[in-house]
Amino acid sequence: MRVNFTVNGRPQEADDVWEGESLLYVLRERMGLPGSKNACEQGECGSCTVRLDGVPVCSCLVAAGQVEGREVVTVEGLAEYAQQRAEGHQGGGCATGACGTSLDQAKRWEARPADSQTGEGVELAPIQKAFIDAGAVQCGFCTPGLLVAADELLERNADPSDQDIREALSGNLCRCTGYEKILDAVRLAAARQGEAV
Amino acid sequence: MDFLRPASWEEALAAKAEHPTAVPIAGGTDVMVEINFDHRRPEYLLDLNRVELLRDWEAGEENVRLGASVTYTQIMEQLRAELPGLALASHTVASPQIRNRGGVGGNLGTASPAGDAHPALLAAGAEVEVESVRGSRFIPIDEFYTGVKRNALQPDELIKTVHIKKADGPQQYSKVGTRNAMVIAVCAFGLALHPETRTVRTGIGSAAPTPVRAKEAEEFLNAALEEGGFWDNGKIITPSIAKQFADLASAACNPIDDVRGTARYRRHAVGIMARRTLGWTWEQYRSTGATLEGAA
Ligand SMILES: Cc1cc2nc3c(=O)[nH]c(=O)nc-3n(C[C@H](O)[C@H](O)[C@H](O)COP(=O)(O)OP(=O)(O)OC[C@H]3O[C@@H](n4cnc5c(N)ncnc54)[C@H](O)[C@@H]3O)c2cc1C
Repeated sequence: MRVNFTVNGRPQEADDVWEGESLLYVLRERMGLPGSKNACEQGECGSCTVRLDGVPVCSCLVAAGQVEGREVVTVEGLAEYAQQRAEGHQGGGCATGACGTSLDQAKRWEARPADSQTGEGVELAPIQKAFIDAGAVQCGFCTPGLLVAADELLERNADPSDQDIREALSGNLCRCTGYEKILDAVRLAAARQGEAV
Repeated sequence: MDFLRPASWEEALAAKAEHPTAVPIAGGTDVMVEINFDHRRPEYLLDLNRVELLRDWEAGEENVRLGASVTYTQIMEQLRAELPGLALASHTVASPQIRNRGGVGGNLGTASPAGDAHPALLAAGAEVEVESVRGSRFIPIDEFYTGVKRNALQPDELIKTVHIKKADGPQQYSKVGTRNAMVIAVCAFGLALHPETRTVRTGIGSAAPTPVRAKEAEEFLNAALEEGGFWDNGKIITPSIAKQFADLASAACNPIDDVRGTARYRRHAVGIMARRTLGWTWEQYRSTGATLEGAA
């Protein structure tokens, strides 16, 4: 079957989708967006977390056909999404199709901390910068899901308590860090967000 | 496989009548796991996400009418006062990502003895409104669970609305697991005080082939509270009454040994949870008359 939906602000079409296929599979294998990670395939690890109409979900448990006509944001579009939110157009559709992140850009997206020093080129979302600065990334496999979940937390709660952070990230497993640095990163992003206001 | 995408409730019922083997998919948090692991290859998937009526809820005089697809997140955030037991139970389900998708309709569809909504529904009192092209019927929650992962639905029926009695007193939910998030209940216990009718209702999870009420425990407690004038005098429930209630709750279990726990442990833990939830709710009742919001 064919599925039409919006990915990172741009309309996309996926063809020859098998009816039992997950959104995660469509994103990774059909759209070439491997940012959302495929690990447990049963909703336990959170490494495939994306926003579906703004809501964080495990993309491995959403049937591809269920996203017809809906909006998905993946980690590849997170920087742009955060920027638009900061500029106040969050969620506002995009008539021209010029906003959002194209598939091509998304496929080539890389976190390049060097650039954040020179201020050139690649943009990082504040939560991405905070993860790097706090040393919250080790093997990196859980990072995309954590970024999407943490970014959503800070969107709805600008000043989360430690309890709020733990709860918001309770569906994301990390086997390297012991979570402390991840908590630091979210606290750091929240503090920077507070300073910027 | 075919993917059916009804845009309305009527279309969904028609599709289910035409394809009774079609597997409905709401949040997908049970169905997709089975498909991902090749445990299930349905001929038809029937997507309910576009059926708006299933996503609505409404609080009436006596009942909350909860659409089958209302998510756990919505229940936690919006129905804490009306359905404190179910809101607490919802909060123990999995993680935010799962609670953002899964709901009570899917929990009833799966009818796992470990499903967290069940003890809360049994304790509050509820009816499940199911419908097919042949018409609709109301199934009392006590009759809904018919066996391990079996329910009273006919092949052409869908769950439309769960009618849950609005809380008229304190309610609690307690669950045993190895951590706070992402845990399938080793066993669980829901308890609701109903001061209007001067009754106590219970629900036991994961300690019998189906979710069950501890009926003898309820009857004993109702009589003991009446006899001692507890509803009026608001006294602390005596330890001997609490113990007898806990023992009868344990006796209502018919558990198995499995990877999550032994039958013996489950019986023991259900007794402890019965005593604790009774203590918590009774304390709330005594201190406020009827505090409706659950603690924690
Ligand atoms: C990681 C993880 C952790 C979990 N933890 C818990 C937990 O702690 N506690 C718990 O109780 N559950 C847990 N679950 C199981 C699951 O999330 C719940 O059972 C949830 O309530 C299912 O809801 P859903 O909308 O996602 O159901 P779906 O997967 O869409 O459907 C479940 C079943 O119900 C049927 N169905 C759905 N809607 C209807 C309808 N309207 N009419 C008729 N049939 C219908 C489907 O055909 C299917 O058989 C967990 C699942 C995962 C993946």
